[in-house]
Amino acid sequence: MTSSQLAARLAPRDRTLALLGGEATDANLRRYLHGIPGIDAVGLEQRAADLGSRSIKTTSKKLALDTTIGLIDLTTLEGADTRGKVRSLVGKALTPDAGDPDCPRVAAVCVYGDMVPHAVEALGSAHAAGTGNGIAVAAVATAFPSGRASLAVKLADTADAVAAGADEIDMVIDRGAFLSGHYGRVFDEIVAVKEACRRQDGSHAHLKVILETGELNTYDNVRRASWLAILAGGDFIKTSTGKVAPAATLPVTLSMLEVVRDWHRLTGEKIGVKPAGGIRTSKDAIKYLVTVAETVGEEWLQPHLFRFGASSLLNDVLLQRQKMTTGHYSGPDYVTID
Amino acid sequence: MTRLAIPKTYKLYIGGKFPRSESGRVYEILAKKGDFLANAAKASRKDAREAVVAARAAVGGWAGATAYNRGQVLYRIAELLEGRRAQFVDEIVQTEGVSVAAASAQVDEAIDRWVWYAGWADKYVQVAGNANPVSGPFFNISVPEPTGIVAIVAPQAGGSLLGLVSVVAPALVAGNTVVVIANETMPLSAISLSEVLATSDVPGGVVNILTGSPAEIAPWLASHADVNALDLVGAGAIDWVDLQIAAAETLKRVLPPENGPDAATPSIDRIVAFTETKTVWHTKGLI
Repeated sequence: MTSSQLAARLAPRDRTLALLGGEATDANLRRYLHGIPGIDAVGLEQRAADLGSRSIKTTSKKLALDTTIGLIDLTTLEGADTRGKVRSLVGKALTPDAGDPDCPRVAAVCVYGDMVPHAVEALGSAHAAGTGNGIAVAAVATAFPSGRASLAVKLADTADAVAAGADEIDMVIDRGAFLSGHYGRVFDEIVAVKEACRRQDGSHAHLKVILETGELNTYDNVRRASWLAILAGGDFIKTSTGKVAPAATLPVTLSMLEVVRDWHRLTGEKIGVKPAGGIRTSKDAIKYLVTVAETVGEEWLQPHLFRFGASSLLNDVLLQRQKMTTGHYSGPDYVTID
Repeated sequence: MTRLAIPKTYKLYIGGKFPRSESGRVYEILAKKGDFLANAAKASRKDAREAVVAARAAVGGWAGATAYNRGQVLYRIAELLEGRRAQFVDEIVQTEGVSVAAASAQVDEAIDRWVWYAGWADKYVQVAGNANPVSGPFFNISVPEPTGIVAIVAPQAGGSLLGLVSVVAPALVAGNTVVVIANETMPLSAISLSEVLATSDVPGGVVNILTGSPAEIAPWLASHADVNALDLVGAGAIDWVDLQIAAAETLKRVLPPENGPDAATPSIDRIVAFTETKTVWHTKGLI
């Protein structure tokens, strides 16, 4: 039996232990993560630039724009968020373009934990994660965006959001611990938060693990953090909080997609990817779609495997969509002010 | 040894920068006698779209500046035009085939006209605005406010600098930002004016200058939902009725084409044409 067949057969936790060759200690994780081949940064950036140069026009573009809308986590993560702001965000998520009833809905709304009840209430019957037309509620947790709080506080934060009705939890990893080599601590934290995502009926809220790649400094670290997050049981890996520059970039997302592809080959399990922050134009979004399709396959262009974390992107996509429908350029007066 | 001249390939002026056309196209600028002078960028509809985005971003700052400040910024452009007069005269002589005296006279008039419009910046509201008499204890005041983005087809006949100044300056006075399609066959004055603007105090994006075919670009600006007004002064030779119809779809203010040497004569009407009137009521009682 090869190692990959072995990996595919075992339960997630046993599989991780088998891959690591022991408990998830700092030493074992270090041996495993540092044994992963390094990244050719120049090659990676060139590949990303190459994928970004594809020309997507006319009907393909229309399809790409609609796909993009369906993959957006419409986000508001401001200190000044209010119940009213969340309600209007949900309104926009339900009806992105009031002038076009055929416009698809976004995948989810993403808010702070204390806003989850307001989002759930505003969604009403449209709050149905995973169903055809339903919109999920995602909550950032674990002392977002810095992650600087004790584990107990992070777990309470998570459990609170799940109890309030969040379908997805966006957690941040402890970058300080990761960068100082305490992989075990990061691993244990993800495992604990995943446990805190469990609902009373035994089902789990989806867990997205934010790596905050802008603070990880190298592509090698991004790759290691991606492996770490997946080994620990993350359902999604997400680039950034959006609060740190640089946020999502195409090369970083490409390197994360490569990890997801390798993991799928190794275990048959499909992990989602969510670039977030800094994606503002349809043009950028389409580059990401191309990169996903070329790296892990078109199968990943579904809300449960790929998301955009964005707030202003939706308006730009709508403007492009209106241009394609009407034949003339549209303007910001014809989309909502966020 | 003979020396080869280095002919220039000019670029567009969008958002305070000088980009090439997104399409990569250029066309030749010829002297009146048919000699090759330079290459100019041939703007595409996407360049026009970029220009509108830049113009929209600049509206807040330009319209929000005090009228006095706008007047000073515009006056400063006249100073810079004066400093470059030799270049403008030289270019007009080459492209329009007129005498040096006639070219000088045109530059003089263009600079004077610019100063004239600059002076209106903090005065036109007093003339175009009004305190309306109403039957009640209220102040009722109407003031003109800038409409937003004005798309302009510059005059396409001779007088390439004066024609451009005559349409761009009045639109700027009230605080509008401008996307202008330059004279197609004689764009050198417009290009040199963009170099003047880039080194002046005018914020980037307030004036955006496209060189190329009005027949190709103007329809995209006329139908663009984010353009607020359309000055068709130089569109007489193209299908401008269709442009008006397209502009009506999004309720733009439109000025029709004008031909001949009197086209776009200086007038406060050209300033007021690109404003919208705001009327406010205020109680007189408890003051």
